[in-house]
Amino acid sequence: MDIFLQQIVNGLVQGSIYALVALGYTMVYGIMGLINFAHGEVVMIGTLVTITVAGSLIKAGMPVALAGLAGMMAAVLVCMALGWALERVAYRPLRHAPRLTPLITAIGMSIVLQNLAMMVWGRNYLTFPSFLPSVDFELAGAHFTAIQVIIVLVSAATMGALLLLVYRTKLGMAMRATAQNPAVASLMGVNVNRVIAAAFIIGSALGAVAGVMVGAYYEIAHYQMGFMLGLKAFTAAVLGGIGNLAGAMLGGILLGIIEALGAGYIGDLTGGFLGSHYQDIFAFVVLIVVLMFKPSGLFGEKSGDRA
Amino acid sequence: MNFGRFFRSTVGIATLAALLVALPFVAAMGGQAWVRILDFAILYVFLALGLNIVVGLAGLLDLGYIAFYAVGAYTWALLASPHFGLHWPIWAILPIGAGLACLAGVVLGSPTLKLRGDYLAIVTLGFGEIVRIFLNNLNAPINVTNGPQGITLIDPVSFGAFKFSGTTQIFGFAVSGPQKYYFLLIALAILVIIINLRLQNSRIGRAWQAIREDEIAAKAIGINTRNLKLLAFAMGASFGGVAGGIFSAMQGFVSPESFSLIESIMILAMVVLGGMGHIPGVILGAVLLTVLPEVLRYGVGPLQMALFGKMLADPESLRMLVFGLALVLVMRFKPAGLWPSPVRRRELQETGK
Repeated sequence: MDIFLQQIVNGLVQGSIYALVALGYTMVYGIMGLINFAHGEVVMIGTLVTITVAGSLIKAGMPVALAGLAGMMAAVLVCMALGWALERVAYRPLRHAPRLTPLITAIGMSIVLQNLAMMVWGRNYLTFPSFLPSVDFELAGAHFTAIQVIIVLVSAATMGALLLLVYRTKLGMAMRATAQNPAVASLMGVNVNRVIAAAFIIGSALGAVAGVMVGAYYEIAHYQMGFMLGLKAFTAAVLGGIGNLAGAMLGGILLGIIEALGAGYIGDLTGGFLGSHYQDIFAFVVLIVVLMFKPSGLFGEKSGDRA
Repeated sequence: MNFGRFFRSTVGIATLAALLVALPFVAAMGGQAWVRILDFAILYVFLALGLNIVVGLAGLLDLGYIAFYAVGAYTWALLASPHFGLHWPIWAILPIGAGLACLAGVVLGSPTLKLRGDYLAIVTLGFGEIVRIFLNNLNAPINVTNGPQGITLIDPVSFGAFKFSGTTQIFGFAVSGPQKYYFLLIALAILVIIINLRLQNSRIGRAWQAIREDEIAAKAIGINTRNLKLLAFAMGASFGGVAGGIFSAMQGFVSPESFSLIESIMILAMVVLGGMGHIPGVILGAVLLTVLPEVLRYGVGPLQMALFGKMLADPESLRMLVFGLALVLVMRFKPAGLWPSPVRRRELQETGK
């Protein structure tokens, strides 16, 4: 039972990170139907920027917590700029191109960003400065650390803010209108270009927050870290029904928990035949099974057969 | 300028044939490494044309195509290497590899028939990852795939006593291993080109294109969309399986690393960059995307030295950077691919107005 609770806690933490990244995918997808394969790389750059900024501030004598906060702010700003630039340079010119064209562009941008990061930060693993004392809490037999608590709280707050933005502001209304029908939205006076740019910028900011948290959690970063994270997060977005904000959040948390439980129990379930290195399989097996029964994800709208 | 007509004339075919025969010998002057690159270019032509059936003709976005290639490669590796002490002949292995890959295609295809567009893409992607993770971990408790170390000492392709590895004398010419594989691969590529051409205008090919354009309309005019989609998956997969087998024999070594997601994505990029659904375009895309990184590998270092007098950036990352930029730029200025089919180009121009 202890293991069960512990894995739920671990899964919840990992899942909140997935959820934040998944929101970036789902916002862009919901509005323009594009899989932004470069989003994982934006997250990676967020982590690396934090390391550089926070690391040098700590060296300059700033208190650790403050340096961490400054690093995070820097990461958010850099990623927002990056998201804006990606949309402007790579995707906007292709808005009316055949469906697969922007996909290849996204892959190209992902390769470009990865190699740029490698040139700037090198190909070695970087250690993330530890901002927080490693305090250990215990609740009902499950252990968790300060950073885990903070990750869950920050994700929840960020997601709450996003929901407020999307459902309570004018920009949010414009976003929802554009997602439904860009042509009609523009007739109603919505500046579609600005809305799409905003989706990229907001998604990238969320990605930056997620990147900082991944770095703080594992205390290690690498120029290739964005790829698998992005893939999992995208899986989470699809699991929840892509284009749906609540779906991305729940899909992310669900995926984190399933993975953690799977990794904890697969050895016992298969009599030691399959070990915990099969962890990565769960995400995809669950995805395939769910889509077999719910072809548009758990919470996705049923896309009726339109002619 | 009409390439199509030129290549259909006798003179055109003769010129093309002469060029293709001479190519490996010309490339060998720059070293056998270039012949090997040529071999890979043709192998990728083969793979890209296989994927073109699924993506280009039937319009099913498959991001896990490399899984079928892996199935073919590991089939060959397991049945013709000291790993299990089996050394079966090509006549047995290649059909088994293709058959297993085809089966994998149906296994992947049947649960995903209801999915559309991007949902299908992510499921195929997941399937590819599952296959790779199994290859990586099936070394315990029973050692099937030898895990991340991969399988070595795989038998080369051989017909009776004629082996495709090592140098042999043919009509007084010394023909190296990669050159022999080149001719084998050319023969296979021509076969798959013919199959693609015949399919395109067949009843099946037209049905696929109908499904690609509008699945509901296709269903309404009596096309059995379920069977045809499965057939597309199965057919594309079998091509992948054959290519994998040859890859395995040519390299003499396979490991899960060769079958990562980025490989699937590269093959898809070949199809889209060249001109989806258009055979000459796909061939062009495959050749370009295989040769370009290699040219950059040899070119980026010396170019930096010539321009700046020192190495400013790591050549390996610079090469990939340029490659990524090339993908972005081609798509920016040629959204339908470098050499799209005439029909597609017309459609785009009409909607562009």
